[in-house]
Amino acid sequence: MHETQYKLVSCTINGEKRQTMVDVRASLTDMLRNDYSLTSVKKGCEVGECGACNVIIDGECYNSCIYLAVWADGKNIRTLEGLMGPGGELSDIQQAFVDEAAIQCGFCSPGFIMTAVEILESGKEYTDEELRKLLSGHLCRCTGYENILKAVKKTMYKRLGKTE
Amino acid sequence: MRIKEKKGSETMVVGKSVNRVDAVDKASGRTKYTDDLCGKNALIAKIKHSTIANGVVRSIDITKALAIPGVVKIVTCFDVPEYYFPTAGHPWSTDPGHQDVADRLLLAKRVRYYGDDVAAVVAENEVAAMEAVRAIQVEYEEYPFVLDVQEAMKEDAPQLHEDYPNNVLAHTDIRKGDFQEAIKEEGLIKVEGWYETPTVQHCHIENFICFTYEENGRLVVVSSTQIPHIVRRIVGQALGMDWGKIRLIKPYIGGGFGNKQDALYEPLCAYLCTQVGGRLVKLDVSREETFVNTRVRHAIRSHIVTYVRPNGDIVANKLEAFSNQGAYASHGHGIVAKGMGAFPQLYPCDNVEADCYTVFTNRSVAGAMRGYGIPQAMFAVESHTDEIAKAVGMTPIEFRRKNLMPLGYEDGFSKNKLYADTFNQCMDKGMAYMDYERKYKEYQNQTGDIRRGIGMAVFWYNTAVWPISLESSSCRMILNQDGSVQIQLGETEIGQGADTAYAQMAADAIGISFEQVHTVSCQDTDITPFGTGAYASRQTYVAGFSIIKTATELKDKILEAAHELTRMPVANLDIEEGKIVRTSDGETLMTLAELSTTKLYSLEHSQHITAETTAQIKSNAYSFGCCFAEVEVDIPMCKVKLLNIINVHDCGRIINPALAKGQVEGGMSMGIGYALSERLIYDEKTGKALNNNLLDYKLSTFMDHPHLEAQFVENYEPTSPYGTKALGEPPVCPVAPAIRNAVLQATGVSVNEIPMTPHVLFREFEKANLF
Repeated sequence: MHETQYKLVSCTINGEKRQTMVDVRASLTDMLRNDYSLTSVKKGCEVGECGACNVIIDGECYNSCIYLAVWADGKNIRTLEGLMGPGGELSDIQQAFVDEAAIQCGFCSPGFIMTAVEILESGKEYTDEELRKLLSGHLCRCTGYENILKAVKKTMYKRLGKTE
Repeated sequence: MRIKEKKGSETMVVGKSVNRVDAVDKASGRTKYTDDLCGKNALIAKIKHSTIANGVVRSIDITKALAIPGVVKIVTCFDVPEYYFPTAGHPWSTDPGHQDVADRLLLAKRVRYYGDDVAAVVAENEVAAMEAVRAIQVEYEEYPFVLDVQEAMKEDAPQLHEDYPNNVLAHTDIRKGDFQEAIKEEGLIKVEGWYETPTVQHCHIENFICFTYEENGRLVVVSSTQIPHIVRRIVGQALGMDWGKIRLIKPYIGGGFGNKQDALYEPLCAYLCTQVGGRLVKLDVSREETFVNTRVRHAIRSHIVTYVRPNGDIVANKLEAFSNQGAYASHGHGIVAKGMGAFPQLYPCDNVEADCYTVFTNRSVAGAMRGYGIPQAMFAVESHTDEIAKAVGMTPIEFRRKNLMPLGYEDGFSKNKLYADTFNQCMDKGMAYMDYERKYKEYQNQTGDIRRGIGMAVFWYNTAVWPISLESSSCRMILNQDGSVQIQLGETEIGQGADTAYAQMAADAIGISFEQVHTVSCQDTDITPFGTGAYASRQTYVAGFSIIKTATELKDKILEAAHELTRMPVANLDIEEGKIVRTSDGETLMTLAELSTTKLYSLEHSQHITAETTAQIKSNAYSFGCCFAEVEVDIPMCKVKLLNIINVHDCGRIINPALAKGQVEGGMSMGIGYALSERLIYDEKTGKALNNNLLDYKLSTFMDHPHLEAQFVENYEPTSPYGTKALGEPPVCPVAPAIRNAVLQATGVSVNEIPMTPHVLFREFEKANLF
């Protein structure tokens, strides 16, 4: 039996500086869920196939289940919990998911919304085909993806100040 | 009481696309699912699965595993109690002849599939639990195994269960008229085909998970299930415990699609809890286990023989269907029997011979999955229907218009009736959207490597399970001081939007706004009225009955209280927009909030206004629809590209159009995967599943389908108080045969096996000399 090794991980999570000791074998999913109770980070496969655990690390989306917690040291991490405004108001993309009926069971939604955030923050305008490709790292069994595309598109055009 | 559309009233909410009641929490990450609710101090349970497909466990050595630090308890198949239990999520029957087959123990000495559960570890953490699972040494006596349904029926096939010779769990038939005599008619054309559907999996994004702890001498099981009240009963049966000693809690769940309409590992988890002094035990299965060790859709092989006159009259129809049950009975024969039941009704014919068999094999256990036998049956029947149309020189539409279930058709058993010309209405909508006539002509007789085709298929689906089984729904309503109402039902929210539909129906029935209805989403068997749960596309239909009945009782109590407070006769009072209104002159007498608060705190006659009723539903309703698909087939590449697709449904009156559309789109996506890419593959040499992960098992991604068009025909369903009927499962039913029929038109090749992967198409195109 080997001794369990721990390491101090200091990072910024949803705008706040945090630090905790983690088992060096732990995934970022484990750290976010277990140490910070950020339960929007979902486990659907734990091998990077379904996208439910997706978070933004230094501006880029990652499946946190295959990202070691220790790698998060010094990083800026954003989860769905960080999108809501201080008064509890939903961000535009969250509201679009609500309004477009893009949510059913809701289990894939946090991951999808975080990828949508990455897409929207690029400030670029994408075609439907490009959006489909950008969102294809996520699996959803409920919606057929139709309303998710609508929600992302609607918010993209709104942010770009354009009509569809 | 009947909900009347009030003229000019903007307040009725049924029929409106209001946002889901749970959407904001789900969009903000606040919604708690099973794992999110489990204490961090939970002991972790992991299962040791068999590495043979058929045989017996001779011995298990747990010495090394027990020595691993952190391991708390190991239970093997030699330790568990001998209470055989059924797992199917059916309402219990007090008639032993109608009870589900009780063929499961918590762990199996007699191993029946590769991955069967032979031991379980409880440890302080997941790593120790997994290490212990690997360290357990199992000695087996291995038997030959069988994976194919018809091979399993042969005399010399390995036998799985002692009481079922030739592995046949059940065989039922339908006989109508005289098939043998009818086919003697001269000039008949015979059309015959074998149709094969694969083993597929539900792939809800939340894997199965549950946890158990002891509290006040009872077991509390929190589970990702569709059927909390049923699972409570099964846990009791499996552990030999009084059912009242089990409390089952169902929080929000990350999809189910029928897989969680079964007791999966709740009984084992509950048992493990009892083995560690009632401490909190979590049993969280991996994606790989979800594929192999929960449930799958029955692979069904169908053989259809039809005798038809040159003018398209169907004279005689024969079906044999062989359903691959896998290792244990679960939902068993119900699935293929449902498909067989659909056969003589869709295209009524005087002479029918149908036989269906459910057969044990050494595969993963098949259970309920969205559509419950109808996607399999529709693939066979609707593929075959295009073959018949082709044989008699009719178009697929002409043949269907001539032979489909006619207006006014009534099924003698279910009393289901076709009240409107719905099939033609649905097909007309589909054809208009697709520009079907033009494309059908344009795509006839193509040559070249790249060819296009357009195809279609229809279906019908039962709503709820009466008269096969009990249909009952209970509802509780509680009036709050502010005039709002809590509503509770045993029928569960599993992602489909049930809670929202209940709130809409309740708002209209009581006479309050949608916002004033609070649906209690979580089912807790200690406090939620009895209901059997989410399956059979039953919930909106059956909940409609109990909501109306309970709202009527609540309203009666409210109006009686209003009479007490205002002295106006009940006959002249009503509730409108949350206010007590005198109907004779339209005067508002008080708000519901005033009434409720006054009554609750009254020193003369205090009253907590609540209502609870149970509705038993002795009706059922046909739900209908069709799918049209347009494809482009790359013959050298053996690839099908889906260009356009539409589903048209008649599910009666639509409670919430936006959510209804969402149901249809999700079902279409599942149907596309069924048609083109999804299949759980088993190794012929070992019986092991080879692609039990989301990388190798190809469920539809964002890139795999075009725009999904969902349209409706709304014919009020007279058996429902809200005019509504099944929509949850129907969308998946017609998709695969529609795509298959489009491939048939494009290539002239009858592909009778799904998924139509390049492997299957290569074989079929080669046979047809397309290369």
